[in-house]
Amino acid sequence: MTEGSATRTGHPTVVVDDLHIKYKTFASGKAASGTRALLQRQRGIRVVHAVKGMTFVAHEGESIGVIGHNGSGKSSLMRAIAGLQSPASGSVFASSQPALLGVNAALLGDLSGSKNVILGSLALGNSRAQADAVYQDIVDFSGLEEFIDLPMKTYSSGMAARLRFSIAVSRDHQILLVDEALAVGDKEFRAKSEARIRELREQAGTVFLVSHSMRSILDTCSRVLWIDHGNLKMDGDPQEVVDAYQASKN
Amino acid sequence: MTPTDLEALASDNGLERVGARPPLRAYIVQTWRRRDFASTLARYRLQAAMSENRLGMGWVVLRPILNAILFGTIFGVIMPSDTRPDNFVAFLVVGVFIFEYFTKTMSGGANSIVGSKSLVRSLSFPRILLPIAIVIRQFVELIPMLLVMMVILLVVGEPIQWSWLMLVPVMMLMTLFNLGIALITARLTVHVRDLSQIIPLVSRVVFYTSGIFFDLERVLADRQELLTLARLNPVHDFIALVRGYMVTGNPIEPFMWWIAIGAAVVTSSFGLVFFWKGEERYGRD
Ligand SMILES: Nc1ncnc2c1ncn2[C@@H]1O[C@H](COP(=O)(O)OP(=O)(O)OP(=O)(O)O)[C@@H](O)[C@H]1O
Ligand SMILES: [Mg+2]
Repeated sequence: MTEGSATRTGHPTVVVDDLHIKYKTFASGKAASGTRALLQRQRGIRVVHAVKGMTFVAHEGESIGVIGHNGSGKSSLMRAIAGLQSPASGSVFASSQPALLGVNAALLGDLSGSKNVILGSLALGNSRAQADAVYQDIVDFSGLEEFIDLPMKTYSSGMAARLRFSIAVSRDHQILLVDEALAVGDKEFRAKSEARIRELREQAGTVFLVSHSMRSILDTCSRVLWIDHGNLKMDGDPQEVVDAYQASKN
Repeated sequence: MTPTDLEALASDNGLERVGARPPLRAYIVQTWRRRDFASTLARYRLQAAMSENRLGMGWVVLRPILNAILFGTIFGVIMPSDTRPDNFVAFLVVGVFIFEYFTKTMSGGANSIVGSKSLVRSLSFPRILLPIAIVIRQFVELIPMLLVMMVILLVVGEPIQWSWLMLVPVMMLMTLFNLGIALITARLTVHVRDLSQIIPLVSRVVFYTSGIFFDLERVLADRQELLTLARLNPVHDFIALVRGYMVTGNPIEPFMWWIAIGAAVVTSSFGLVFFWKGEERYGRD
């Protein structure tokens, strides 16, 4: 951990305090290696310690990149900040309800894009009238007008990501968590969404951006967290952290 | 920084713990603010279900009709005719239709959280909206069912009467009761996934103990303690009330109302608190 939070300005918006996340799953195959007894379900339980004691403070006007190898715990951290995953210990405090945009956040696959737009915006806390009012903006931003009546499960991953992003940014969030949601978008949409992220940041919001693309991290972030096997390995200036991360891979 | 410093920093700046379960009153207020979400979700699900198969909404009424025909033939043939109630068709149709409302809400409730994993994982909203959406949807489906039920009653010769209007308060109470059941099963299946396998069994048990195709009062006439037990089953009393007001020859007794009201109030308030207590658990594996 290179830099303390003392050097930062702006009010804190997210405080992550010694956060631990554990998953309990039923392992099978070799890992389970148990007997045949049906009632001894415990035998196959594996505890995955995905986040091992992370502590940091995020402030107004920061956009924070989060990088790390596959399975390092980035998505787990984002879900915990959004309050969708309860921590094993430690806690997360936030100034307002953070909105998470993840890759696997297909809302309701059976329903059409337009119904997902309405439901998504109602779930974000809009009234029916507000949802109808922002509907056209969302569809325009996503650029999916001609596919809007098809079930969302028929969308390509890029199309689904466009729609989810457009729904999420239709409301002003003070805290926005973007978990690789832009990675599958094409060049034009990526530029559009990065512009929107910068805009949110300027409105004194805080944005977390999880990405494996160092290009977009360097383009949009003012601070980078490097996560390694569930630990916060480095926290600081984007260029420094990205350089260290890339050096570690060689 | 030590953890206590961070906690102080958070509270000094007015930050709140995310994902924390709000107090019950705040929870109800938040739920009320997003009521549009529940009703819209219910409507969309209904539309999707309707467009899936050719008969669409037709299945909503066709299913209980087929059930009634099936049970009518089987039990009409094998049961001794002295246990068979008068106006057997009207008696059976009311039983099957009202029971259908209960069983569909219960199984829908059991599936409401575990079956919406991706939604629960990606958006934060009071989770109670999901079982509520199930109840709203079943309530909407109930309306054509009741209309068809009335048509059948008329066809088999029941006279239309003012007392049929009592269907409204009885169904309101039953909806409250069903909501409570949906909330309870919604949380239970989150804790014990295997329960979803048992729900159909529970539903069968309730079916056979609610006197759908036989008259409990008559069958259990000389087994007083069993009869008392059977009367305590609220589903039986909801069905008995509807029969009492709509099918001739089925007297209404005061205990039916007391049990119906009591079950509606107790089950829905217990369900609400029980579901709310588990709020932080949903969406977690
Ligand atoms: N639902 C789950 N059940 C069990 N284990 C899980 C679950 N979700 C994540 N894990 C485990 O937690 C660890 C961290 O996963 P996470 O998804 O947070 O990684 P990530 O950093 O987002 O990876 P990626 O770069 O591939 O997206 C992994 O070891 C993973 O196997
Ligand atoms: Mg991830």
